[in-house]
Amino acid sequence: MGVKNNVLGLIFASLHDSTVVELTKQRTMGSIMFGGRYRLIDFPLSNMVNSGITEVGVITKSNYGSLLDHLGTGREWDLSRKKGGLHLLPPFSQNIGDGVYRGRLEALNNVWNYVQHSSAEYVILADCDYVCSINFENVLKQHIETGADITAVYGRFRYTEESGACVDVLEMDAEKRIKSVLIDPQIAGDCNICLDMYVMRKDLLAKLVKDAVSRNKYSLIRDCLQAKVDELKLMGYEFDGYFSRIDSVKSYFEANMALLQPENRAALFQPNAPIYTKIGDNGPVKYGLDAKVSNSLIADGCIIEGTVENCILFRGVKVGKGSIVRDCILMQGTTIGNNCALTAVITDKNVEATEGRVLTGSDSYPLYIGKNAKI
Amino acid sequence: MNAKKKVIAMLLAGGQGSRLYALTQNVAKPAVPYGGKYRIIDFALSNCTNSGIDTVGVLTQYQPLVLNEYIGNGQPWDLDRMYGGVHVLSPFETKEGADWFQGTANAIYQNMRFIERYDPEYVIVLGGDHIYKMDYSKMVEYHEQNKADGTIAVIDVPMEEASRFGIMTCDAENRVVRFTEKPKEPESTLASMGIYCFTWAKLKKYLIENENANTGSKDFGKDIIPAMLGNGERLFAYTFDGYWKDVGTLDSLWEANMDLLSPSVPLDLYDPKWKIYARHNNMPPQFIGKNAKIENSMITEGSNINGEVDFSIVFSGVTIEEGAVVNYSILMPGTVVKSGAVVEYAIVGENCVVESGAKIGISPENIENRDDWGIAVVGHNVTISGSAVIKPKAIISENV
Repeated sequence: MGVKNNVLGLIFASLHDSTVVELTKQRTMGSIMFGGRYRLIDFPLSNMVNSGITEVGVITKSNYGSLLDHLGTGREWDLSRKKGGLHLLPPFSQNIGDGVYRGRLEALNNVWNYVQHSSAEYVILADCDYVCSINFENVLKQHIETGADITAVYGRFRYTEESGACVDVLEMDAEKRIKSVLIDPQIAGDCNICLDMYVMRKDLLAKLVKDAVSRNKYSLIRDCLQAKVDELKLMGYEFDGYFSRIDSVKSYFEANMALLQPENRAALFQPNAPIYTKIGDNGPVKYGLDAKVSNSLIADGCIIEGTVENCILFRGVKVGKGSIVRDCILMQGTTIGNNCALTAVITDKNVEATEGRVLTGSDSYPLYIGKNAKI
Repeated sequence: MNAKKKVIAMLLAGGQGSRLYALTQNVAKPAVPYGGKYRIIDFALSNCTNSGIDTVGVLTQYQPLVLNEYIGNGQPWDLDRMYGGVHVLSPFETKEGADWFQGTANAIYQNMRFIERYDPEYVIVLGGDHIYKMDYSKMVEYHEQNKADGTIAVIDVPMEEASRFGIMTCDAENRVVRFTEKPKEPESTLASMGIYCFTWAKLKKYLIENENANTGSKDFGKDIIPAMLGNGERLFAYTFDGYWKDVGTLDSLWEANMDLLSPSVPLDLYDPKWKIYARHNNMPPQFIGKNAKIENSMITEGSNINGEVDFSIVFSGVTIEEGAVVNYSILMPGTVVKSGAVVEYAIVGENCVVESGAKIGISPENIENRDDWGIAVVGHNVTISGSAVIKPKAIISENV
């Protein structure tokens, strides 16, 4: 069964916005910058494209200006098409109040006209809070072979108390049939966490959405997976590759820093499955006479004249002479003047640190500096 | 019927670039990589789009495959337009027969029908082998102000170099009085940059006359300009005072790259108002390893650097392993320099492998006879074995 023209991809760009409030103040979860030149939505979107999906709808909620700007016509993902292609789906207020939804099912109901219009037989749903490189063709293959109603992608994860809120854990039998769904459980140890990616037939999704809305229900996980665990055949698909989850500023920091490990980069940026993103047309990185750079991931357009260690530098960052930047994430357009010292700092877009500033965060709590701030 | 275009540009990209030897074996000169993430033609194309010119004919004939694929529909330069945009124009066959482009003027003559489709007032003729940033719209404005028939962009060159260029002698109003190709005793230091703006109706007349006269050269500098001057047409010199560099030889290609590292060279690749656009391949940001040492260099996305890099230009997807040394060199896309290899004063082409222990090039300070010194060049897709020593001035196009 080929994926092409038979699968509709649906990405929820705004779910989980509330988990990283600092970063989503002026943007959606999907447009959070990641890994030097990407935004989180680039990962699910590229995964879909690399799996042969040519029709993708992106469901947003609010503050989606940056997302609109980033995705444009979808050309960079090869999704600027006459047939299918990329569709941005802002909240639509035909059915409920102001069009702002509470959960996946309600969001889908809002944009159901679009989903219905697609001739695809299957849908793949994904969120923007997991960063990974996954091939959905394999998920669909397993889904069809096992005759599942819904297949949920899960990953192995060591769960501790600090692992954060709203993690959904799947319990399965030997055949990977899901027996129970635990929402934000109080457990510890190895478990199977749901990676918020689901495959099902479109007609089943239609039924679930209409059924839920008529009963004032809205949550896919609570009202469909958890409630119908016996009624429907729910299967798990194990993703055994590298993934990271963004659910706090701390985990955002760690997920970025994890890219300094070569094996993680190799897993995420595979030559035959590139991660596409908006092109910036920046020049190459320029290293000055006294530049000292080590163990860092640096995007094009940066001009570095100081010392940079263990950092992620986004496009167009400038580090002045005599400055020392360690364990930092500096987002697009950040300018660090001369003789500054930054440790464990996350700067949002276009932050400017003037000459001689000293800013220090800690490993467990990196210092976050908001967009356009001048220090 | 669409509206006419006021200005269109014709970009002469047919040059074989034979003096770039191994680097142009399978690609035309304008497609040769430059400056870390560009190809030479990106400068002319970006200048067009930044100058508001949205219709460009690119004339190719030598090894057009790479260039055609690179230009594609012109989208990276914003030249994918509903009407106009970039068009690659190759020699074609007509009822009268088929001809290769014989000279620069003949190349434009053969594509007159392309130009006529847009019914332009002015045609800008450009070369595809120079590195510079220039606002052509200002040149057109100057052309209009002078009510000129032709305007030639000129740059002031040192007197001792003037005999290498086509030299203009102008009156006080900058009107061209005389034009001499490569004069032995130059009358002035205003050199033609090979960038022309013509009033199309005039140029058309001279192209047809030149074609009928069958001079053999059919060249702008040799035929069209002298003929226009001879008939007293209004030709003006437009002085350009920015950075302009010919990259027609291996030495000048190397120098033009090194110029990017000099703080005194006025070629800014980071000006958001005048970006140089290029076709991209999706690669992750560059990774600089724990033991890397990088100074005064330019490095592009997708690269993985663990060795020492000094005064060098490194293109996308290059790997420099720990213990490798790269000085004063240019490494084109996809090349791998393994641990223990030393690359100095060299140009290494695309997708090469420099094995551990190999030595390419040498510093001019470490050579007895300075006449023996020059840039070492390795062509594309070449493997240099660990025992190999590539001498300065050597040009390698096969595995050694």
